[in-house]
Amino acid sequence: MAGKIVINEGLCKGCILCVEFCPRGLIKPTKELNAKGYYVVVFESDDGECTACTLCAVICPEVAIEVYRE
Amino acid sequence: MKKVFSRTKALKPVPFHYCPGCGHSILHRLVAEVIEEMDLIDRAIGVPPAGCAVLAYNYFDVDMGEAPHGRGAAVATGIKRVLPDRLVFTYQGDGDIAAIGTAETIHAANRGEKITAIFVNNAVYGMTGGQMAPTSILGQVTTTTPRGRDSSREGFPINFTEVLARIKGTAYAARTSLHDPAHVLKTKRILRKAFEAQMGGLGFSVVEVLSPCPTNWKMSPPRAFEWVKEEMVKHYPLGVFKEIEGGSLAD
Ligand SMILES: Cc1ncc(C[n+]2csc(CCOP(=O)(O)OP(=O)(O)O)c2C)c(N)n1
Ligand code: SF4
Repeated sequence: MAGKIVINEGLCKGCILCVEFCPRGLIKPTKELNAKGYYVVVFESDDGECTACTLCAVICPEVAIEVYRE
Repeated sequence: MKKVFSRTKALKPVPFHYCPGCGHSILHRLVAEVIEEMDLIDRAIGVPPAGCAVLAYNYFDVDMGEAPHGRGAAVATGIKRVLPDRLVFTYQGDGDIAAIGTAETIHAANRGEKITAIFVNNAVYGMTGGQMAPTSILGQVTTTTPRGRDSSREGFPINFTEVLARIKGTAYAARTSLHDPAHVLKTKRILRKAFEAQMGGLGFSVVEVLSPCPTNWKMSPPRAFEWVKEEMVKHYPLGVFKEIEGGSLAD
């Protein structure tokens, strides 16, 4: 069951809770700043690695993550 | 691909003003999701507090009526008595509900008002800069307890939800936490139970939510979530302290 997430960079505040709680370690911190001056995170997944478990979206305080499933 | 997680309609498409990693943001979303899932967007009325959540009316896409500091239960009582078919909830910090609002909260519970108090326990006065709250834990360093809270000087952390659970008019009382995704999901289920107790006319309901305040605790968000799990839960056991089933308290 493959999945993917879409991160709304404009809403991200760089709290990195999604990085902490993604069970597969598919979200990484970056040194890229968004318009508000927060370091945004990036989703990096080869096909099938993301299971669309939604845990990143469940913990994201900013409702910045949408999750899709095949 | 099918979308399996997106923003609930009960939240306006507006970014939160809260600090990075703040529990208020997560809890706003949970409350809004439960309102949407119970099909109550048109019938919910929220009462925001003085505190970091003072602007909650900017986020919930339901009717909201601001209360002065601590007076949520009194304002909600008035709204619910005039509009008894609505879902009426207060949203209050620990300073708001368990310090300045103690009297109106306890008496609203004792009258069995059919309202729900959502009580965000972050162990400090967040908005005003991190002073000690009645819920600060022993040894906790705050701006007003620079050497740590000492029970001989500042008293003990108050287990306010257990107190409310002992009151006859309370139908539902529970404490949950936001410290990891599993507990976030559990908090959502508990919020729904509290709203169902209210809509079933069973009496007063309260959900205390242990919530990180990384800014005033001077911790990174991940460290603050760990602190909730490791330190706060010791003083504030999680669980359902009271759950009246069916019928009303008057039966
Ligand atoms: C009558 C009154 N007294 C004092 C204040 C100042 N004040 C604003 S918010 C607050 C405490 C906020 O702490 P809490 O309720 O724990 O909520 P948090 O900000 O942590 O979410 C205080 C004392 C006020 N607004 N009104
Ligand atoms: S001060 Fe604390 S409670 Fe207030 S918005 Fe910031 S993190 Fe949240």
